[in-house]
Amino acid sequence: MIERSHHDMGGLPAGKVEPVEHDYVQWERRVDAMCVLLWGLKGGQRYFTVDEHRRAIESMPPAAYDSLAYYEKWVVGLAQCLLQRGVITSAELARKMMEVENRG
Amino acid sequence: MAEARFAVGRKVRVMKAYPVGHLRTPFYIRGCTGEVERVCGAFPNPEELSQMRPGEPRVPLYRVRFRQKDVWPDYAGPANDALEVEIYEHWLEGL
Repeated sequence: MIERSHHDMGGLPAGKVEPVEHDYVQWERRVDAMCVLLWGLKGGQRYFTVDEHRRAIESMPPAAYDSLAYYEKWVVGLAQCLLQRGVITSAELARKMMEVENRG
Repeated sequence: MAEARFAVGRKVRVMKAYPVGHLRTPFYIRGCTGEVERVCGAFPNPEELSQMRPGEPRVPLYRVRFRQKDVWPDYAGPANDALEVEIYEHWLEGL
């Protein structure tokens, strides 16, 4: 049986939390804005729910969950949800990722 | 809106269960006993919403207050230190 999901870490031994103020870089702001729009929070179509998004993030392999930054997790979850809802296909995403990579 | 079964002040126990799915009841609080601090309203069930279903009927959500020493066996702080967690009704049993 899986008792505790990897992301459900409350109460596990950990170091001290040091709160740091920091600004967000442009791609992080874009990911945030895309999510707010795709969740339908601004009155437009709801492509997926915040709950689906959270489930996608929580379902990531533990090593990826631990190594990706906050908005990196968001963007992976966002892609999963769009794929699952049929908004994009893996092939389209792959082509776009190659295209961006080849910009150099 | 679904009628809330538990009133403020009611003693409740969190279900000690470990199902699969997207759950909003943290692992560490399952099986613990606390007291209803407030009724937050009723909301579409996030466990259902996360699976692309509508989440209706809405489920009452409670803010439940636990004593820290009832949650963490080795808690060394003052006896009346509290911890509050928001928990959906289907995870709670009235005592």
